[in-house]
Amino acid sequence: MTENGKPKLAMYWGASCGGCEISILNIHENILVVDEIFDVAFFPCIADFKVQHVKDYPDEYIDVCLFNGAIRTSENEEMAKLLRQKSKVLVAYGSCAYEGCIPALSNLTSKEATFNAVYLDNPSIDNPEGVLPQPVSNVPEGELEIPVFYNTVKSLGQVVEVDYFLPGCPPEPPQIWAVLQVVVAALTQGAPLPPAGSIIGAGTSAVCEECPLDKHEKTITRFYRPYEITPEPNLCLLEQGLVCMGPATRNGCGALCPQVGMGCRGCYGPPEGVIDQGAKMLSAIASVIGAGDPSMEEDDLEREIQAVVDTIPDPAGTFYRFSMAHSLLKRAQVNGGNGKGELS
Amino acid sequence: MSKHFEPVIVGFLCNWCSYRAADLAGTARIHYAPNMRPIRVMCSGRVDPQFVLKALKDGADGVMIAGCHPGECHYVEGNIKALRRFLLLKRMLTQLGVEEERVQLVWASASEGIILAEAVDRMTEEVRDLGPLNWQENVLGRGNGHVVSIQVETELESEEV
Repeated sequence: MTENGKPKLAMYWGASCGGCEISILNIHENILVVDEIFDVAFFPCIADFKVQHVKDYPDEYIDVCLFNGAIRTSENEEMAKLLRQKSKVLVAYGSCAYEGCIPALSNLTSKEATFNAVYLDNPSIDNPEGVLPQPVSNVPEGELEIPVFYNTVKSLGQVVEVDYFLPGCPPEPPQIWAVLQVVVAALTQGAPLPPAGSIIGAGTSAVCEECPLDKHEKTITRFYRPYEITPEPNLCLLEQGLVCMGPATRNGCGALCPQVGMGCRGCYGPPEGVIDQGAKMLSAIASVIGAGDPSMEEDDLEREIQAVVDTIPDPAGTFYRFSMAHSLLKRAQVNGGNGKGELS
Repeated sequence: MSKHFEPVIVGFLCNWCSYRAADLAGTARIHYAPNMRPIRVMCSGRVDPQFVLKALKDGADGVMIAGCHPGECHYVEGNIKALRRFLLLKRMLTQLGVEEERVQLVWASASEGIILAEAVDRMTEEVRDLGPLNWQENVLGRGNGHVVSIQVETELESEEV
C-alpha cells in the first residue's frame, strides 16, 4: 500500500443489486475528480482488494466508506462491523443500507418461504434432491463455510453506528456529487461536516412539492396498477388512481418518476418528521378515497369503501417497498394467525 | 407455569362520542373488562395509522378505535376518513401477520355507554383467545432468526494487527 497522503475512500456492498456502484460512475467526468482526490482503499466492484487488506488496516484508516446494501447474511454484518471499525466516516449509501429497500420486502415472509421460492418451488428450478444452502458442509477436502442467511433483513444503521444516510434507489447523480463535494471540502479545507446521523443528499419535504404535475382535489373510486391505464400527461397520477408515493416520500430526486408517468416508488424514504413511511402513505391514500358519505347506511358505507380498498392488491409491499426494515413493525409475524405475507 | 393472560388493549376514543360513552359507562356503573386503556383524541379521524402500529410494536395486544356513528361526526366526516384508513390498514395488517381481531373499529355515541362496554368486553375475550401479541419478543426476538444472535469476530482479529 503506497502512502501518498490522499484521503482513503472505500465502497462495499451488502445485500444490493449493484446499482449503487453504477450510480457513482453516473457522476460522469467528476469521477476523475474523485480519483484525483481520493485513494481507493477498498472497492471490490472496480478494484481487486481482499478482505484481509481491510483487516490489516489500522482502525479509522479509511476516511470515507460508502456502504450500500442491506444486512441479509452474516457476511454482510461482519463486513459492516469491520468497515465501521476501519472507517472515520461511514455512509449508508442508497436505500438498502439506509432503510432495507427491496431485500427487506422479504421481511413480509420467512427465511423458509424465501428458500422455498429460490431453491425448491419455481418453474425454472432443477433441484431434485432439494439441496438448500448450509452454513457448514463437509466435503472430502474438509469443512466449507458459507455465510448464515438471516430471517430478518436489517438496514446498516440497525447493525452498526452510521454517520450519514444517503437515500435513493439509487441516489441521484447531482445529489451524490453535492455530497462528495461537501466531504472533499471537509477533508481538504477543513470545512464543517453536517451533524452525525444526518440524512444527506436529499430534501426534507415531500416529492409532491417538487413535482410539476397539475394537482387538484382528489376523489378516487378505483385504483389502477401501472399496466392498466395510460396516464394523462401533466396530471397528478394519484388523481388518476395510480398509486404514487409522492405524498409520503422525501424529495431531492427532482420527481423524476411521476414526470414520465410512473408513480413515485418511494425510494427516498419518509420525509422529515415521519417515522413510518408505509403508515403515512396508507393514511394519505385512504384520505383520497372518494367512496362513501355520511348519509349512507353503515353497512353500505363499509362495503363501498372496502371495494375501493380492494383495488390495492398489495398494500404492505407497495407502501413499504423501500422502508420495510425501518417500519414500526419491521417484519411480518409469520407463525401467528393468517400471516404469510399474503392476502387471504 | 401458565399465568392468566390479561390482554392490553389501547383504545383511541373520540372526544365527542366514544370518550363520553366511556364516561357514561363509568357513571352508569356498567361492569366491563378493565383491559382497554383509553386515550382521548379529538376525532377518530385523528388516529394516524402510525399510532396503531406503534401501540402494537410497543406491547399492546390489540387496538380499539372508537368514534361517532357515520353521519354524526362533530367534524362532519372525520369518522368516514377513519373508516377508510381502518379498512386499508386492516388489509395491510393481514399481510404483516396481525390477526384481524386485534385492531377493531367501533361506533359508539355519547349515549351508548353500554355499546362501548360490550364492545370492550367482546374484544377483550377475542384477544384473550388469540393470546399475547408481544411483538418485540415473538416477532423481532431471537426465536425468529434475529441478526443479533450471531457472533461476528471482527474485534478479536483486529487486536492482533
